[in-house]
Amino acid sequence: MKTYYNPDDLKKFGKIGEFQEELADKFFDYYGEVFKEGALTAREKSLIALAVSHAIQCPYCIDAYTKDTLEKGCAEDEMMEAVHVAGAIKGGATLVHGVQMMNKVNDLSM
Amino acid sequence: MKLQSLKKQNHELANINNQITQLESVVKRIDSDRFSEKLTGIDLFPLKPTIIDIFQINMGKMCNQVCAHCHVDAGPDRKEIMTKETLQQCLDAIERSQIKTVDLTGGAPEMNPNFRWFVEEAYKLGCKVMVRCNLTIIVANKKYYDLPEFYKKHEVEVVSSLPFYNAKKTDSQRGDGVFERSIRALQMLNEVGYGKEGTGLILNLVYNPSGAFMPPEQEGLQRQFKRKLKADFDIEFNELFAITNIPISRFLDFLVASGNFDDYMTRLVEAFNPMAAKGVMCRNTISIGWDGYLFDCDFNQMLDLKVAVKESLHVKDFNKELLEGRNIIVNEHCYGCTAGSGSSCGGETA
Repeated sequence: MKTYYNPDDLKKFGKIGEFQEELADKFFDYYGEVFKEGALTAREKSLIALAVSHAIQCPYCIDAYTKDTLEKGCAEDEMMEAVHVAGAIKGGATLVHGVQMMNKVNDLSM
Repeated sequence: MKLQSLKKQNHELANINNQITQLESVVKRIDSDRFSEKLTGIDLFPLKPTIIDIFQINMGKMCNQVCAHCHVDAGPDRKEIMTKETLQQCLDAIERSQIKTVDLTGGAPEMNPNFRWFVEEAYKLGCKVMVRCNLTIIVANKKYYDLPEFYKKHEVEVVSSLPFYNAKKTDSQRGDGVFERSIRALQMLNEVGYGKEGTGLILNLVYNPSGAFMPPEQEGLQRQFKRKLKADFDIEFNELFAITNIPISRFLDFLVASGNFDDYMTRLVEAFNPMAAKGVMCRNTISIGWDGYLFDCDFNQMLDLKVAVKESLHVKDFNKELLEGRNIIVNEHCYGCTAGSGSSCGGETA
């Protein structure tokens, strides 16, 4: 069955350079640098990436960073708490717009 | 459901030839170099020993646990146990060759009826004795409750598996209730001084992944384990060794059955690290099987790949000089020891 997302495509990510090598190289160099141990640990960065993967609902990223967080020694409860952080921010971002709706209601109402 | 050994299940992977076929075919499927070709590429083939300074004895395949990843396929139903005669041959070889570190493994080595006698004799020879203790054996039966005192008396270094600092991950790999019993055993070891600063009694833990992924970086994980085990259970230990699961026996069965085999092997191959290859444990260790035959490592032992020295195939004919000149037998499972930061019975190698 054909689907828009194919798990095997994740392995081909590096091939985006075949169509535009210079920009791909720059991107992957940058990507590698971002995830290195820095002011944040590689473990903390992996949990952030897992949360963001859910927020942007990227199935490739979810697969990749589920494995990566496990390989950084994260426990399941830590991983799920990271997902809840994404959920809370996304939920909050929706709800905070409720204030805009309320403002508009007030503007329009007698 | 309680796990059984592959042998007890008459599983097709209980036949070693089927394991080797699986390993050889996956390397073709994922279009990888063979392990020997990888070593050739870094001028390390044929792989040679540096010096044999660890004598690792598999005292038998009997175990009180049936861990899901066990490379020995150990369990209560396994009856292969090293005899006193073979143990004596080991002592003779140790004395002759002046090897100073003896590493005891199994199964649960403590279930060998001559375990205590052997430890006493090796200790008298001036050896440092290490025991790969599965922890739960200490609380399995009254006759084992004094093991911490026995270890202490003979200054045995205790090396114990604890795949995680919570019950969920530990029990999923090692069996229901194993975490709780392991914690009790660790507290008993701590009570006699193991893992405590200044006692000289060494208690090291071993982490291995509870699934088809690579281990984390060892130092950071050790900090995490120390913090959690101290806070939650007041447990102390010395070092944590992070090791990679080798794709043989029950872990191979898991990989194949779960559909993770190709991806896992790809991960190991892509993470091949020449520095880790230089430091593999088969270069300074000799492994002795329960029946006295010699192997390059415990994994080769389980695949029945005997040392390539026909004059010194068995411990009764142990010849350190000849063995130190041998070519180490390698196969595709060896990718497990050379991936990332490397993996050995003592943790990372690179």
